[in-house]
Order: sequence, then C-alpha cells, then structure tokens
Amino acid sequence: MTITETEEHQPAEGGAAGPTPIKITVRRSRTDVVYRRIAWTAAASTFIILVLIGVFLYIRARPAFEYMGYWGFLKTQVWNVSGVHPSFGVGSALLGTIILAIISLIVAVPVSIACALFINEYAPRKILGFFPAKGLLTSMVDLMAAIPSVIYGLWGFFVLQNSMKGLSRWLSDYFGFIPGFKVNTPVYTSSLLIAGTLVGIMIMPIITALCREVFSLTPLGEREGAVALGASRARVIRDVVFPFSKGGMIGAIMLGLGRALGEAIAVSIIISLTFGPPNHLLQPGGNSIPALIADRFGSGGKLGAAGLLAAGLVLFFITLIVNLIAANIVRRQEKKRA
Amino acid sequence: MSVLDEAPTSQSPLEPDQTKDTSPQRKPIKVRDFKPSDVLLLAVTAIAAYSIVWIIFDQLTLFSGEFGFVVTWIVVFLAMYWFVNLQIYGRHMAVDRLLGGIVTIGALCMILPLVLLIVYIFSKGLPLLSLNRFTQTQAGVGPLSPISAGGFLHAIVGTLEQVALAALMGIPIAVLTAIFLNEIGGRISSSVRIVVTAMSGTPAILAGVFIYSIWVLTVHDYSGFAASLALAILLLPTVTRGTEEVLRIVHNDLREASAALGAPDWRTVWSVVLPTARSGLVTSILLGVAVSIGETAPLIMTVFGAQVMNTNPFHNPQAALPLVVYQEIKLPQKSAVALGYTASLVLFILVFTIFVLARILGSTWLQNTLRGRGKGKGARLDGDVEEELFSVALAPAMSFGSGEADVDLGYHYRPDQEDPT
Repeated sequence: MTITETEEHQPAEGGAAGPTPIKITVRRSRTDVVYRRIAWTAAASTFIILVLIGVFLYIRARPAFEYMGYWGFLKTQVWNVSGVHPSFGVGSALLGTIILAIISLIVAVPVSIACALFINEYAPRKILGFFPAKGLLTSMVDLMAAIPSVIYGLWGFFVLQNSMKGLSRWLSDYFGFIPGFKVNTPVYTSSLLIAGTLVGIMIMPIITALCREVFSLTPLGEREGAVALGASRARVIRDVVFPFSKGGMIGAIMLGLGRALGEAIAVSIIISLTFGPPNHLLQPGGNSIPALIADRFGSGGKLGAAGLLAAGLVLFFITLIVNLIAANIVRRQEKKRA
Repeated sequence: MSVLDEAPTSQSPLEPDQTKDTSPQRKPIKVRDFKPSDVLLLAVTAIAAYSIVWIIFDQLTLFSGEFGFVVTWIVVFLAMYWFVNLQIYGRHMAVDRLLGGIVTIGALCMILPLVLLIVYIFSKGLPLLSLNRFTQTQAGVGPLSPISAGGFLHAIVGTLEQVALAALMGIPIAVLTAIFLNEIGGRISSSVRIVVTAMSGTPAILAGVFIYSIWVLTVHDYSGFAASLALAILLLPTVTRGTEEVLRIVHNDLREASAALGAPDWRTVWSVVLPTARSGLVTSILLGVAVSIGETAPLIMTVFGAQVMNTNPFHNPQAALPLVVYQEIKLPQKSAVALGYTASLVLFILVFTIFVLARILGSTWLQNTLRGRGKGKGARLDGDVEEELFSVALAPAMSFGSGEADVDLGYHYRPDQEDPT
C-alpha cells in the first residue's frame, strides 16, 4: 500500500456550534489511483470526441468556406459543386430542416404526451388479470425507438405516403390560400409534409419515454391531496401532474427536436431533393441538411465533399445547441429524482 | 337514449362496497366508473362520428385517404363524446371523459404505426424470403435477373463484423464512463452527464461525416473499421446512460460492506458492483447494440457498400444490411426491391430479437435485485430492500411483460363525484 493520493473531506457545517469535525484522510493504493485515472480518462473522452467532431469537420470543410465565405455558404440556396463557376450553400437546406422539424413536432408532441399520460395515469397494470397492458405498452414504445430509421423510411415511402395523398389534396383544395399550401401540379407525394409526419412518428417514442419518466416523478402526496379534495383524474393531471413536469416536458420535446433536426435516411428516402426557397409543403420537393449529405455524398469531387462537410458542421452546431439545452433540463429533472 | 339516461341513477356505485367496510380489515373502495352503459355510449358515439365523417368528408367534400379520414374521425368523435357526456353527467365528468378519450387515442396513435410497420415488413418480406438470400451475395445480379436472384450474405457478414468491432471499442469506454459517473464522481461528472445526454441526440449522420473527415480522408480507404468507429460513437451514450441507471440500482450496503472488509475501490467495483449488476449490464449493452445495428446514415460515408463479399473489415468497402435496404428499395428493378424488402425483414427480426432478449434479461434481473434474490455469483441482499431507492420511473422501463416491479399508487380515483370547486 503506497500512499499516492490524499483527499481531505471536511464537513461543511463545522465551526460555530457542535464539536470540531474530524478530519478524514483517504489513502488510496496505487491500483486504485490507476483505476480512477482510467475511468476519468474514459469519461473525459466523451468531451474529446465532441470537440474533435467540431475541429475536424471545420478543418476538412475549410475549402468550402474559403470558396463561398461563411455568410455566403449559409445564405446560398443552390448546390452547384461541379462546373465552371461552382456556387453552393445550405440556405434552402437549413430552412427545409427547420420546417421539417416544426411539422414533426406538431405531429409528435400531442400524441407523445397523450401516450405518456395513458401509460402513467390510465393504463391498467393487468387487463383481465393476465394481460400486462402497462409493461407491454412501455416495451412497445421503447421498441419503436430501436427500429432502424431505414425501415421507417421504407414504410413511409410505400405506405404512409399513399395514405397521406388524400389529406394533402384536401388541404390544398380548401386551404390553398395559406402560403405553402398551394399546389401547382396535382402531385402530392414526396413532400415536406409527408417527410415531416414520418419524422414525427420516429421521434414519438423518445418524447413519450422521457415524458412518462417525468410524469412518474410527480409527488404522491400532492396527487393524493388533490384526489382527497375530490379532483377528477383530469383535474389531477391539469393541476398537479402538468405543473410539476413542465420543465421536464420541455426538455423531452427539445431532445425530440434534436432528433428531428438530424434525421437523414427517412427524409432522403421520402423527399426528392430540390433547391431554392422551400415554399411548398404539399408538393414534391424540399430539402434538409442531413438528407442533403446522405443524398449528395460521393458526387461533386473535392469541393463538393468539403461543401457537404461544411453542411455537416452547420448541422452539428444547431443540434449541439438544442441537445445541450435539452440535456441540461433533463439532467436537472433527474437530479430531482435522485 | 333511455338506456343511457338510466345509467347513473340505476345503482349508486358506492353502495355495494360500503357495506363490506364494516369488517375490521378495510379494503380499498373500488369504484366501477365505467359501466356497461358507458361502453355502449362509447360505441354509439364512435359509430355516429364515423358516419358523419363518411357523409361529410368522403361524400360531400371528396376527401380521400385513410390518414385524413382517421384524423377527422378522431376529432369528430372527441367532440361528440364530450357533448354526450356533458348532457348526461355534467361538466366535470365530461372533461374527465374527454381527457380519457384523448389520452387513449394518443396511445393508439402511438402503437398504430408500429403495428402497421411490422405487418407491412412481414407481408412484403416474408413471401420473398428464401434460403438463397442467406447463402448468396449480390455478385452477378443485374437488371434482368429474376426476382429471387441474389442474397445478402455479404451484408450480414459486414454488419456483424462492424457491430462487433464497434461494441469492442465502444462498450469498455461506455462502462468505464458509467463507473466514473456513479462510483467515483468528481468535478467533471455533472458536465459529463450533460455531454453524454447531448451526445445521445447527436445525428447519426454526423458520426459518419466525422469519421469520414478524420479517418477515411486520412487513409484514403473506405472500410468496415471506419463504420465501426462511427457506430462506436453512436453506441457510447446509449450504453453509458443504461449502465449508469443499472449501477445506481446496486444497493449501497454492498459497497459499504466491501469497503469495510478492506477492499480497495477497484476491487469493490470489479468483484461486487459489476457482478451484482451483470444482467442489467448485459441489458444496457444489448440495447445499445440493437440500436447501432440499424444505423444507416453513418454507413454511407464509411463502408460505402459493396455487391460482393469482403470479409476483411480493415480494407476496402464492405456491405451492410441497412445499407442494402437503403440502396436497393428505390431502384426500379423488381429484384433489387425484393432484396431490399427481405433485407429489411431480416434486419427487423435481428433488432427485435436482441431487444426482447435484453428486456427479458433486464426485467428478471431487476426483480431479483428488488427482492434480494440474486441468482448469479454476485453479492445479494437479504431481507427488506428499500423500495423507494429504485426509482418508480425505472421499474416499468426495465420490465418486460409483467409490470410487477411497479409501485402501486394505492388509491382509486372517483371521477363520478363532482368537483367541490
């Protein structure tokens, strides 16, 4: 036993009142110190990976930024990487990504919160004495989160798309006066609306799982108090569950938003990539940064590759900001639980 | 409506139970707040809403498509259900019933895509599945080939190699990080937690783009190893979070007992904490693997895909199962689409099997740990276990099927009674 590291713990409240605190000295063996260093390094590696992603994407994307300029790259709405005068940027892809994320949240948030409430407040533990409704439902939601996005894309392309054509037509017929709902040629497939709905279905399980966790943290005493005062289930949810879980719900929705912003495969299967201002929600065409990267990868030579990496860098910063805010909220919620 | 009007007055729901309460052991009053007449009311409202939607939207405004029909049906049904309950039971009951309806429909909307997706994948993939899919590669399959030509043996080999390598690299780091967070802690632990949570939401395609810029562009070679690097990045946060949850459940008494016997920290973790958490550990690892098997986006720029067998994961492009689906289903040839369908079926079965396996292992472990009956070699607890230590939230998440580990709320709602406010 070699003493290689000492740590001193001193109780904080020592001093004025009470006996003098005992000074505790921890002596660690050499193997213990090595074990702690290794674990520390592993934990720090998550930081390192995150920083490396930013740094290397920037280094490899520099040619694109140098050619187009930072602002020009963000603004330009075309993607001509080959040819005599290349001009490219994420202007339309950035707008498309945001529109897709908004549509997907409109689809996902009500369903997810309702489903989380159902699992937490309504679902019977067992139906008819043997059928485990609650456990099965929870497992199904988690299974949905594990299904590969390419399978969602396949299903969305062949099934969801067909069943949504009618809705698109109806929307354009009766709400065509709203900008973006007008359809010039009567083709209703491969649209931002369909892709957004599919992404919404894909982020539903993550929002549901997190919301369910948050709802279950509502203190039992407050619930019982409300019930004792004669509150119905609806009142308990409105006056006890929601006020307690407001922060956690926002965190869950933001984590879902992060996923929606970064979904590549399903979106690139559904939409046919077009450039220019994304002002049509219901007709073919649209754009998003991850779908652009997945679709255009391997074409356009060196400058094209640098351009895609630059687009990746933009996506990285957007999702990082959203995810960090969300993670902060979620972790604060988890601390409440511990 | 006479049948429905009778319902609330025919029998007070509290009476039969109150007579039983005279016995010394009082049982909780169970209020039957959903009587047979309410079931009838629900069914009648649903049918009426269906008819109205069918007449107005299908016939009058030429609205078509299942998706829109279902959405409008739901909206009309909820409005009618609220109104009918308002007429019969009053405002509070109507709001309560409405919320119950919304929430139940929300759960159905959640499950519906999953069911439809599974049915679709099986109905399309199963008829096209044959033995040669598992024994052949795509080599020599052209546009004129028959629908049953070709297989994805090369993709299965590629996926298994890539995921195995990714697990080999990612899991040790993930488990060590979780051990650091739960067993050691320190100044950086809270920020590590936040970064890990944020990383779990990092788009999969960014992992691919990152490995492309740091590895593929440096060595000028697509390879299975590059893909496994990207998958390891994606696997890391999932496994870390899962393992941390599992380690938190290991009872503190075990650590204290080990420390009291003079064991250094690493011995406590190696011989007490990890063996106790073994099955839970396997669960979180399997869940991470299940997710990383299906990742498609990072594969595009790391393995690139191949038509022929390449068993060496360190050199030259390889195929992968998700990539086969992605690349084949949008091709015009029928044989290519058929290959995509069967590959997606196999991929789904693979993910599903791992997922269910993880769940069963996890729930058995959780229940054993809760009751202090560890089956493994690890340390076990006897007697009373502080149940509140195990978060209410985690129990249903880990359990598969029987939700026994759940904590009962211990009271019953009585929505029949009017709100005092």
